[in-house]
Amino acid sequence: MDAINSLIEGFGTALTPLNLLYAFLGVLLGTAIGVLPGIGPAMTIALLLPLTFTLEPTQAFIMFAGIYYGGMYGGSTTSILLNTPGESASVVTAIEGNLMAKKGRGAAALATSAIGSFIAGTIATLGLALLAPVIVRLAVQMGAPDYFAVMVLAFIAVTTVLGSSKVRGLASLGIGLLVGTIGIDPTSGQQRLTFGIPELADGIDVVVLAVGLFAVGEALWVAAHLSRKPLDIVRVDSATMTREDWRRSWKPWLRGTLIGFPFGAIPAGGAEIPTFLSYATEKKLTKHPEEFGKGAIEGVAGPEATNNASAAGGLVPLLTLGIPTTATAAVMLGAFQSYGIQPGPRLLQDQAPLVWGLIASLFIGNTILLALNLPLASIWAKLLLIPRPYLYAGILFFASIGAYAANSSTFDLWLLIIIGALGFFMRRYGLPVVPAIIGIILGPAAEEQLRRALQISDGELSGLVNTAFSQIVYVIIALLLVVPPIVSAVRNRRRGDGGDGGPDASRDAPAGTHAHANVEGQ
Amino acid sequence: MTPDTSSSGSAAPLVPPGRDPNPDRDASARKGYSEYGVAVLLLVLGTWAIVDAMGLIETANARGPVGPKTVPVAVGVLLIAMAVLLAIDVARGGRGEQEGGEDVDLSHGSDWRTIGLLGAAFVANALLIERVGWPISGAILFFGTTYALGSRHYIRNVLISFALSVGSWYLFYAGLGIKLPVGLLKGIL
Repeated sequence: MDAINSLIEGFGTALTPLNLLYAFLGVLLGTAIGVLPGIGPAMTIALLLPLTFTLEPTQAFIMFAGIYYGGMYGGSTTSILLNTPGESASVVTAIEGNLMAKKGRGAAALATSAIGSFIAGTIATLGLALLAPVIVRLAVQMGAPDYFAVMVLAFIAVTTVLGSSKVRGLASLGIGLLVGTIGIDPTSGQQRLTFGIPELADGIDVVVLAVGLFAVGEALWVAAHLSRKPLDIVRVDSATMTREDWRRSWKPWLRGTLIGFPFGAIPAGGAEIPTFLSYATEKKLTKHPEEFGKGAIEGVAGPEATNNASAAGGLVPLLTLGIPTTATAAVMLGAFQSYGIQPGPRLLQDQAPLVWGLIASLFIGNTILLALNLPLASIWAKLLLIPRPYLYAGILFFASIGAYAANSSTFDLWLLIIIGALGFFMRRYGLPVVPAIIGIILGPAAEEQLRRALQISDGELSGLVNTAFSQIVYVIIALLLVVPPIVSAVRNRRRGDGGDGGPDASRDAPAGTHAHANVEGQ
Repeated sequence: MTPDTSSSGSAAPLVPPGRDPNPDRDASARKGYSEYGVAVLLLVLGTWAIVDAMGLIETANARGPVGPKTVPVAVGVLLIAMAVLLAIDVARGGRGEQEGGEDVDLSHGSDWRTIGLLGAAFVANALLIERVGWPISGAILFFGTTYALGSRHYIRNVLISFALSVGSWYLFYAGLGIKLPVGLLKGIL
């Protein structure tokens, strides 16, 4: 098989000693940064981007692969031990995981999460390797109208499926699209929204954007509301998974993989819905329903596997179509672009060694992750004790280095403050950050496809919908917009009481966390 | 880290008693008005996009209705429409959901003194980095942030600040080949 051969060549690239070292460093740093409270995978990648500035693209990508999985696993550790999901995808893990940790079974929760992540990550990465060439074969036949339709789908999905307020989601998308427009219009060569400032002509650097929105915005927001209550940190015991735990975990791992990968691979994905689905499935299928809500291991094993599988699945649209579906993928896409590499169907042909090296590194990184994390779990847990002034001072410190080093320019530090202030403002008023970052990164590409489509059709608007594929996508978009409100209206009526409990009332899984990760009842 | 004063940890009382924001303040009433600020911001951004787009020239190679103006105008219209819808939502009692988190205590309003101090440390770094160099400006940034966040272990914080800024300077210079400004310490480092 073609993909298998390419993958073997990819391993040839990734298994040189130096590249192995980069993969190892990526996993180690990714986990260490990702485990810090309040730092999700997107912020981890943004903060660590400057370290790859001077590397060759292949090595940088190999390191990204490690950081990607490391950052995600680090986030799960934080969720389990602190009940503090660094990102919405680990919200579900936190529910049962933290309860397990409080019962003194933290190590078992971390172990089922690590092994589940490994299994799901490995299967899903294999899925990525097999699916990517197939998608590419289809994608090379896609024209500008098709791309534009898929990008609109990604915008709509990320704003309407996630978050509790569609108006705020769309407002956030609008802000992102606006920021993405800043700079020289590539088609006409005119400056847009730059105030004539030369530093803005090339647009805002992705490191400044990502670090500003995620790191500085988050640090400012937390600093303004720093909790003065003692934190409830659970100690990690030494007991690991029992035979019973294994017996109860393996099916959820596999089911989670099956749920997570397809959701990640469709260009309207994200890990929120599949992790909730996995939780609901395990709750229904378990032989120990009485333990759910008190720390059931299935409730950790399933969603964690789902989370990792969907992360690997998310690389399918990212690498083959250039479409990010999560904040983390958006930051990765921005990083690729800063190397002059444009993910899309041609990437797999033009940069085959690079892509297959990246995919092989995902396998390697996943294995290193398992080897590293089973023994080191209790050391990672100690990182949670870092005094908060040092934690947030460190975030601002490294955010500033990253922003400055991107272009060796003080101007970027001022931009960083402005974007950080925007990030603060968005957190304060419930504007979700994910649509903004997707809008910033994907907006310019969508505009290019739109204009290309209309150039081909000589300005006829029908040129946007003249392919069967684009028509199907627009129907899906229409369903996405119309069906959820109808479903919730019907549900409210059935409940009879007018449904003042909001969408949460009908939710299957308890929203046991206070993170900003509100998934509408699905 | 616990703000427990008896702990040997570095975080002394995170907020000294003197500047405890009044918890009785009616935050929700104030918030109602400030929510309209979001709508105003969206309105300003949307107007900016449209006004800026009006200054663009349609080029000959653009066919049909989509030129350099189209996307900024569409985004501007989207932003203004959302400003209106958001204002209606707020008037009906809708409120943006503040983001929570493990270190976040939403029972009190934003602590503007901390934000101000943080901003000052940040601005100091931006102003000083090319004049006195990263080893000093970075240390000021780190120390200023720990101070703003309530850590009062001055000597330890100064030592950590300089260790980090000098260490990161060397890491970027030697390890990554990126020259951060060396400034006053030129010749010493």
